[in-house]
Amino acid sequence: MSRLQVVSGKGGTGKTTVAAALALALATEGKRTLLVEVEGRQGIAQLFETEALPYEERKIAVAPGGGEVFALAIDPELALLDYLQMFYKLGGAGRALKKLGAIDFATTIAPGIRDVLLTGKACEAARRKEKSGRFVYDYVVMDAPPTGRITRFLNVNDEVAGLAKIGPIHNQAQAVMGVLKSPQTAVHLVTLLEEMPVQETADGIAELRAARLPVGRVVVNMVRPQVLDADDLELVRTVERSSVARSLATAGLGGARRGGNAEKLVGPLLEQAAEYAERHALEQEQRAVLGELGLPLHELPLLAEGMDLAGLYELATELRKQGLS
Amino acid sequence: MSPDPADPQDTARRLSPARRLDVDRLLDDPGTRIVVCCGSGGVGKTTTAAALGLRAAERGRKVVVLTIDPARRLAQSMGIDSLDNVPRRVKGIEDQAAGAARGDAAEGAGEGRTGGELHAMMLDMKRTFDEVVEAHADPERAATILANPFYQSLSAGFAGTQEYMAMEKLGQLRAKDEWDLIVVDTPPSRSALDFLDAPKRLGSFLDGRLIRLLTAPAKLGGRAGMAFLNVGMSMMTGTLGKLLGGQLLKDVQTFVAAMDTTFGGFRTRADATYKLLQAPGTAFLVVAAPERDALREAAYFVERLAAERMPLVGLVLNRVHGSGAGRLSAERALAAAENLEDPRIVDQGDGKAGLRNSPDTEGSSRTAASEGAAGDPVSEDGSPTHPEHTVDRLAAGLLRLHAERMQLLSREQRTRDRFTARHPEVAVVDVPALPGDVHDLAGLRDIGARLAAGATDMTGAAGATGTAERTDAS
Repeated sequence: MSRLQVVSGKGGTGKTTVAAALALALATEGKRTLLVEVEGRQGIAQLFETEALPYEERKIAVAPGGGEVFALAIDPELALLDYLQMFYKLGGAGRALKKLGAIDFATTIAPGIRDVLLTGKACEAARRKEKSGRFVYDYVVMDAPPTGRITRFLNVNDEVAGLAKIGPIHNQAQAVMGVLKSPQTAVHLVTLLEEMPVQETADGIAELRAARLPVGRVVVNMVRPQVLDADDLELVRTVERSSVARSLATAGLGGARRGGNAEKLVGPLLEQAAEYAERHALEQEQRAVLGELGLPLHELPLLAEGMDLAGLYELATELRKQGLS
Repeated sequence: MSPDPADPQDTARRLSPARRLDVDRLLDDPGTRIVVCCGSGGVGKTTTAAALGLRAAERGRKVVVLTIDPARRLAQSMGIDSLDNVPRRVKGIEDQAAGAARGDAAEGAGEGRTGGELHAMMLDMKRTFDEVVEAHADPERAATILANPFYQSLSAGFAGTQEYMAMEKLGQLRAKDEWDLIVVDTPPSRSALDFLDAPKRLGSFLDGRLIRLLTAPAKLGGRAGMAFLNVGMSMMTGTLGKLLGGQLLKDVQTFVAAMDTTFGGFRTRADATYKLLQAPGTAFLVVAAPERDALREAAYFVERLAAERMPLVGLVLNRVHGSGAGRLSAERALAAAENLEDPRIVDQGDGKAGLRNSPDTEGSSRTAASEGAAGDPVSEDGSPTHPEHTVDRLAAGLLRLHAERMQLLSREQRTRDRFTARHPEVAVVDVPALPGDVHDLAGLRDIGARLAAGATDMTGAAGATGTAERTDAS
């Protein structure tokens, strides 16, 4: 099991949710995980219903069996100052650089430096050890940028190592690449059973593979429950409206005669079934496309009550059941 | 299709939030020159932008749609799947006559305007950046810049290049004045309004002290009076050199030196684009889906746009679900489904025909049904099923499906209520959910019609503020 678990996915697929559920799932049985946020959206805090996360590793949840989930929202500016202090004892110079706008430059404008810092911090946490030699975190789960940018994001150190051919940044970049391109890392992609996210997932996997980054699993999120089966769908097309009306009347929904309450429901209900059938067919198509990717596939259910903390634990249990942790 | 038995009360409840956004009025107003679609990722921004562009073109305007990263099939359908960074005319636009023949929304277009055109393009950010450099530096200098490794990284992907270049391209398109309406899609940014921040950020970087510091050693070199300053500078550049590595620092310095003369141009352009976004004639549409995260982002957009004095005209709420049977609650549908699935009821003999035509009094049939025979041990699956049993099973499924739909509806309603409570001033248009994806002009046309139809109840007073003000002014 890789120690650094990177979770990406197209916008709107729920990658933050999946990352959080995975961190919970991996923390069960007394393990300790760190959930890392890199995009400054405070999505983790919202999910765990806590106040905004500072740039500090703090415990945000307890997993079944006594495990712990820590969370960290990486702030690139602070990470850079941290880094300067740690490696060069440049605290004062750091402040001077900040005044000059150099920190701003480094974290927002300079190609990749921001991403170097973010990935660097996550790798550092994944490798950090206690005095005893035991890893501080059993797993680090990163809520990473979306699929469209993930390869670039993870691969940025390669580019930086190329730009800065010598010096500490070069060395740091190479060390980070060493972790990211090894089996210590796994990049998971979250998708929905819709055409665009699935297409983007396929493209993302191709890009990751081309960059020789380790692709993990595909998680299909928000899978709707099957309500009507193949027989039902067949019947929807051929059934007599009057007999459906009679069934609805039997169920206590009013009269089956023309104009009766049960009869008036038949049209709208069959229309909803037709929409369901269309969507179902599209979903089956997309499942087939995902099946061809040659990666382990996992499905998480759409939570009827919407996403909340209880739902998060539910998804974590589901991930454990499916062997993701 | 049967007459829509939707509960008027339910419909009213769904219409209640805020004011309705009149899309056609926005698109038809000649004062509207730029429409910017912004919103978080995965809410259908690109599709919305394309659908608005198509609708405006078919209503007689000369439109260009600037998309950032369209889905492949959508791009293909518009003929812009190759990246050449110039607008291409989209074929298959129906002019007014065809629109009238189709009988769809033609009345709105019937104001004597003809000859609408749709052009579309996909942004190539590197190419756009190159063009800016070429426009602001003499050929020799431009060549130096374009060949610089630091520039090549910067143009291909510093955080915000895409955002900056999208706005740059918008400025270019506007300056050409070839189109009377520009519809822009915005990049799926890390943080919501990067496309507003990036030009400023780049501008302040290029104007900043750091740049002067980096270029200073070359400029000041040797001047005696500056010796003290120079020491400070070289200490600084020394620190940077230590961090970045000598080669990178040299690349940066060369880049900066070469760019020196073009900085002013960058800054001016960034400022001009920013002002263009604030100008009357620009309309911001925030796009969202009725989901918690998307609407939270939308609220953030609304607040930021107000703070930046950018003209917001409304919220497009995509993928809103409805039901033709909104009167039947989820709870009742589920209870009814259970009635049908209860074997004691399901396996009734034919003799109970009376039941199947029970009167409209609710509850009575249930009582009658529970008195039914418990017997007939027909297995649930496998053995040939009774036709009525089969239909009952289907009906139960239909009811469960409906219950699910109603739960979704109420969840969507709660989410949007939260947004409306925070921003009652924002006009909203609902776009009903489609079961499948959109990837052809017919699909876009359909979305366009849905966008416009969302505003049928619109009263004059409810017009989007931005549009109304503009109309008054013109």
